[in-house]
Order: sequence, then C-alpha cells, then structure tokens
Amino acid sequence: MSETIAVNSNGKHPNYIEYQGKHKGLAGWLLTTDHKRIGILYLIAITAFFLTGVTFGFLMRLELISPGRTIMDAQTYNSFFTLHGVIMIFLFVVPGIPSIFGNFFLPILIGAKDVFFPKLNLLSWYLYIFGGILAIISILLPGGPADTGWTFYIPYSVRTGTNVDLALFAAFVLGFSSILTGLNFITTVHRLRAPGMTWFKMPLSIWAFYSTAWVQVLATPIIGITVFMVAIERIFKVGLFDPALGGDPVLYQHLFWIYSHPAVYIMILPAMGIISEIIPVFARRTIFGYKFIAMSSIAIALFGSLVWGHHMFTAGMADASQFVFSLLTMVVAIPSAIKVFNWTATLYKGSILLETPMLFALAFIFLFTIGGLTGVMQGVLSVDIMVQDTSFIVAHFHYVMFGGTGFGLMAAMHYWFPKMFGKMYNKKVSKIAFWLIFIGFNITYFPMFIMGWLGMPRRYYDYLPEFHIYHLISTIGSWILVSGILLMVGNLIKALLSDKKFSEKNPWGGETLEWTIDTPPIHENFLEIPTVHAAPYEYKQNETTVLTNQEVK
Amino acid sequence: MSVQEQTIAHVHRDDIGTRMGMWLFLFTELLLFGGLFILYSIYRFQYQAEFHLAAKELNILVGTLNTAILLTSSLTMALSIAAIQRNKISLSIFFQLLTILLAFGFMINKYFEWSAKIHHGIYPDSDVLLAKPSGEIIFFGLYYVMTGLHGVHVIIGVVLISVMMRLTSKQVITSNNYVKLESAGLYWHLVDIIWIFLFPLFYLIT
Amino acid sequence: MEQIQEQHLEHNSGYGIYILVWLALMALTGVTVTLAGINLGGITVATVLVIASIKSYLVLTRFMHLSSESITFKIFVGVAILFLGISFLLLFSDYPLL
Repeated sequence: MSETIAVNSNGKHPNYIEYQGKHKGLAGWLLTTDHKRIGILYLIAITAFFLTGVTFGFLMRLELISPGRTIMDAQTYNSFFTLHGVIMIFLFVVPGIPSIFGNFFLPILIGAKDVFFPKLNLLSWYLYIFGGILAIISILLPGGPADTGWTFYIPYSVRTGTNVDLALFAAFVLGFSSILTGLNFITTVHRLRAPGMTWFKMPLSIWAFYSTAWVQVLATPIIGITVFMVAIERIFKVGLFDPALGGDPVLYQHLFWIYSHPAVYIMILPAMGIISEIIPVFARRTIFGYKFIAMSSIAIALFGSLVWGHHMFTAGMADASQFVFSLLTMVVAIPSAIKVFNWTATLYKGSILLETPMLFALAFIFLFTIGGLTGVMQGVLSVDIMVQDTSFIVAHFHYVMFGGTGFGLMAAMHYWFPKMFGKMYNKKVSKIAFWLIFIGFNITYFPMFIMGWLGMPRRYYDYLPEFHIYHLISTIGSWILVSGILLMVGNLIKALLSDKKFSEKNPWGGETLEWTIDTPPIHENFLEIPTVHAAPYEYKQNETTVLTNQEVK
Repeated sequence: MSVQEQTIAHVHRDDIGTRMGMWLFLFTELLLFGGLFILYSIYRFQYQAEFHLAAKELNILVGTLNTAILLTSSLTMALSIAAIQRNKISLSIFFQLLTILLAFGFMINKYFEWSAKIHHGIYPDSDVLLAKPSGEIIFFGLYYVMTGLHGVHVIIGVVLISVMMRLTSKQVITSNNYVKLESAGLYWHLVDIIWIFLFPLFYLIT
Repeated sequence: MEQIQEQHLEHNSGYGIYILVWLALMALTGVTVTLAGINLGGITVATVLVIASIKSYLVLTRFMHLSSESITFKIFVGVAILFLGISFLLLFSDYPLL
C-alpha cells in the first residue's frame, strides 16, 4: 500500500518495461520485485550461459572431428565436457523454462498480480547469478576447471586437484535458487488463483509448473546435502564416501541420482506444459484429455522420483534392486506416453497453423518420442549393460534435454515473445532458423546413436578409425545447428531492437488469460482480478474468437 | 481509495500463504537432513559393531541434557506465540529471550563436547581416528557433519529469534500480526525435531 | 481484518497445553534413555526410533500447530515424509538387511 501507481497523462497504465517505480533505470531492474522483470533478468542470464554452453559443446565436437589431437589436449577436453555439462544442466536446462516463462507467465495465467513471495523471487535470481559466477570462477582460478564430469563421482572427485570445491559450491547455491523458485510457485498456485479458477480450470502449463515445483522442493535438498558432503570430505578429510576411509562410492551415486533423476523431470515437465499450451492454440481444437494431461504431470513427478537406480545398473547394485528400478523405469514411460497420445489426438482433425511456435512444438513431439523410447530401451537391464557409458546415452539425453526441453523453450520463446516485449520477430527468418536447428540437431545427435550402439564410449578424447565417419557427420551437423541457433537469437534480438511496436493483444488466438491483457503487460498485469468461468482451450467449432472465457467487471 | 491506488500486488495479508511457504521451506530442511539420515542408516547396517563401539565414546549425560534444553526451548518458543496472541508483549519477549538463552546453553554444551573429543584426538583426519577401523571413522565423520550442521541451524535460529525480539519490541509483531514470529517458531521446532532423531541415533545405540 | 483474526483464533492454544506437551516430551526422553540403558538387543534401535517419532508427532501437531491447520498442510507434510520414506525404502532394496 506504500506505493501508488503512476498513471500516464492520457490515462493509460504504463507497461512493465516503461513502469517507473521506487527505483529508476538499471536499479529499477536489479531491485525489482515484479515477476515479469525478474523473468526478463533470468532470460538475459540464461541466454548468456546457454551460449557459453553451446560454445563448449561446439569446441568439443570440433576436437572430435578427427581421431587424435585436433585443437586441444586431453585435459582441456575433460574440462570442456565437464563445463558443458555443468553449465547446460545447472545453469540452462534446470532453471530455463520455470525461471523465465514460469516467472513471467505463471501469475498471469492464474490471474494474479505477482507471485506470492516477490522478494524471495528476486533473491533466487541473485542466488542464480551468484552460483553462475562461482562456476565461472572455478574455470578461471589456478588449479584448473573441474574435470570430473557433471556427476562428480567418488572417488575421483575427492582426489582430483582441480577446482571441484567451487564447482560443488556453485551447484549447492544454484540448487537453493531452484528450491526458492519452486516454493514460490507452489504457494502462488495455492493462494493466488483468480476467483473461479478451480484446479481443473488451470491452464496445463500451470499443472506442469506445479508438479515441477514439488520435485524442486523435495529432491533438490538431497543434491544440496550430497555436494555439501563431498566438499566437506575434500576440505576436512571427513570420512563419508571415500572408500579409503570406509565409505561407499555407490552410496554417493545413489544420493546423487535421488536428485538428479527427478531433476530430469524438473527439466522436461515445464516443456511438456508449454507444448500442451501451444498445441490446442495452433490446432484450434480443445485439448484432448485435459485431466489426463494434468494428472500425468503429477504422475511423472511422482514416478520420476522413484527410478534413479537405472543410472547405476552397471555400478554393482543388488539384483532385487536392479529389477525394481528397471520395472519402475518402464512405468514412468506411461504418463509421458499419455501426454504424447493426447497431443496427437488434439492435432487430429484440427485446423493446424504452422507458425514458428507450432513448428517447434511438433519437433518437440517427434524428438521427445525418439529420446523417450530410447530411454525405455535403456531401462531394459540387458540393453543398458551394453550401452552404458556409450555415446548412445549421450544421444538419448540430448534428444530428451535438447530435443525436448530445448525445443520446448524455443517454442515458448516464439509463442510468448510478442506478448513479453511488444515486438514481433521476422516469421520467415524464424522458420528458416527452425529448420536449420531441427536438421542440424538430427545430423549432430543421430550418428551418436549409431556409433554408441557400435561401442563408441562417451567422454573419450580419442577413438578408433572406424568411428571417424560418424564423428565427422556429427561435427558437420553441429555447425548447422549452431548457425541455426545464432540465426534464431539474432532474429529475436533484431526484433527487440527495432522500433516497430506490436500491440495486438492476441496474435495467435489463444484462450488463456495472458492473451486478454495488454501487450506488453501493464505493471500490475490486471487492473482488476478477472473472474474465470470456463475451462481453458475451449475452441467451439474451431472458432478463433477469443475472450469468451472470462468476464471483466 | 481509488482503484488505481489499490493495484499494488499484495493489498491484503495472507498469513496462511506465508505459513505455507514456511512449511515448504521446512520440507527442504527435512530432506537436507534426510540425505544425511539415509547415509547414516546405510552405514549403520554396514558397520553395526563399529557404530556400537564408537557410540560408547559419546557422553549420554551431555546428550540427554542437551535434549532437555532443546525441548524446553521449544516450549518457551511456543509460549512466546501464545503470549503474543494474548497481547502480552513483554511476556512474549521474555519467552523469546529465554529461548535464545537455552539455545546458547545448548551450543556451550556442544562446544565442550566437541572439544573433549578433539582433545582425545578424535577429529577428522587425526592419527588417532585414522588408526581406528573404517566403521568408526565413518561414525565420527557422520557425527561431526550431522551435529555440526544441526549446530549451524541452531545458530541461524538464534539470529532469527533475535530479529523477532527486536520486531516484537518495535511493535511490528503484534497480537494480530505475528506470522513472522510463527514462522520463526516453526523453524525452531524443526531444529528440535531433527535433534530428537539425532540424539538416539548417536548417543543411545551402545 | 476479521478474516485474519479468524485465521489465528484456531491456533489459540492455552499455556497449559504447551506445558503438558513439554512434560510428555521430557518423560519420553527419560523413557528412551532408560530403555537404551537396558540391553534390548536388536530392537533397541527400533524402540528409540518409535519414541523419537512419537516425540516428533507431538512437536508437529502441538507446538507447530499442524493439528489446527487445514487439510492441505497435512497432505503437504504427508507428501514430504512419504518422499523421504520411499527414498529410504528403494535405497534399501540395494542394501539387503543382514
């Protein structure tokens, strides 16, 4: 109540970008508690880390273009794959969609003016930046960047002389940032839904964010304490995991994957939410099986927490344990499949508009299906023992993490970009960029399936001549992929810098609440909290008319 | 009040939401210690005899005393909230002060206990400890990490309650707006619950 | 403001209840120390853990007012404890109890 809102002379409310609060200019951004501005702050930081991660990946691929040394020595290569993994996982894929689009759109989609704890929201951004800086410092300090891989497996991680402590501390801080985001989202969804918005009238992305938030709150502390213990063990030589002191390295792997497998669902669930949002809009059809999609998000969060052991089938687990984890891994595929079936059923007989967000969404379904089904293959014990630690695994998780989450994020970016910034990108260029990314992606990662199946181990600096052709194709693919990414980013930045304003409220004909407010949104989102009467995605007879599902008094 | 002035994000207070956020935070604390308890339980079954033996080194009397202190501090914390509900501000402050003093008592006790161990040469990477069997090294590793992390939480709690005392005396926390004190209380009780489990697992398994 | 008052009224336990809970907690501590002194063999750990659980239940429901919170809070606590419990259970599938 201490602030009053600035009203322009013509009576219009300023949008969140132009809004002048207590702090002006840069401080107005760095000290903001507006969820939209925090979303933009995340967007900037995450894009920077994403491009850094891309650079490391690009250089790794370049090194692998031919056997033997090409551009870097083996130790540098080890650091590069560690950094590529740590940056991409902890700084890009895990925070990506919830931090950018969850922050920006979750309150708007449920008809709220902000998240429940706005200050905590800002704090989690600062923690994210702090963690990111720690990760960067760990690269630059003498001692050299961590060379353990992003998994920090014992005993190597307690013995190596590289800057593992800092990398661990970075992971700890980033975990905390993730927890605070999750805590905020759960409370927001429970307490700030607009009147009339019952649980089953929430947009599906909210279900996804909500399920994700629970995994963030419950699973992340486990990785926090695990990396904390490794750091303690390194610094004070406390006996916890090191087998020389009586510890059990496999127990470390258990604790690590108790978080890190659910983390996979922290990564993919929000992307699934985005796809559920985009498909009905561009197919002009009511989503098929709303409750199934909503409930499958909860089911994925639940079962996803129970399957961590499938990362350890070759680590020497008990037979009973292997059997249980293999079975549960099969089970977790069911809710994911439910989603895929419902999306395709929604597309059936729809009036499909192939706009850029839709292209990314369709590519998501295609790539995620490949990634998911190869995942089920690896859940089979006998197959897993053969492909464990080969580039088959690398291909699999890139199809899920990049083909899934990455494409989901890019779909969201193209879907919500006009709403977020009040600018429109060049659609033609964005489609060219999409095809470059899609084709480049497949050329980069598909050969990894083949050579992994033939026995190419992952994380190897050198390889036998018979794998040369696959590595060559893959590296060429990475060039196409990277040029596609650069074209996409360039296209979006060009749109941002252009003077041409875009103020259409509902460019795609969406039926969720964000399309009923100004473009870009005003500082308060809604002048008056809307009352919701109908479920989202009600496309009756393929009509594109909007604004029928709510009433502003 | 005009419509335009009302548009700031949180017009009315929602104590239930605040408590919900606090509970969710407590879950992360619970799972944080949960990871350590998982580690403890696995090693406990791997090294039953050694854990048994190592636990004899710990002083049950000190452990019991600390349990009593912490339980009592939980009581005074709860009483301070009951007092503020009845608008008895100075009584509430008195109970909060008592909670802090008890927390200090706990830490002083802990300090003497740790120093006694260290005096006997039992600390991580010491020659005495490394000469012992693996199971005992692990036991004391867990002992230092778990009670140490718990101690850190006690210190955080002391800082938190000190802030609450100040807010109570400045009338920020009042008989109809005491959700901050409640949240601090929730945190303090969780620290107590963790100790309720740490105590038997380390001191009483001889 | 009335609504806020209402939110709090349910938490208004008397001093007496708290002191009773405290007495129970102290008594249980005494019991657990005594029981640990008697050699119960294999069930010692189980016994002390059961007592610790009872103590935690008292703290959760009385001191932390969980009993007067809404059902949502109780489900939340249930989910958190369940998650931890399942993690223990699945982990022990790899460590058969000897």
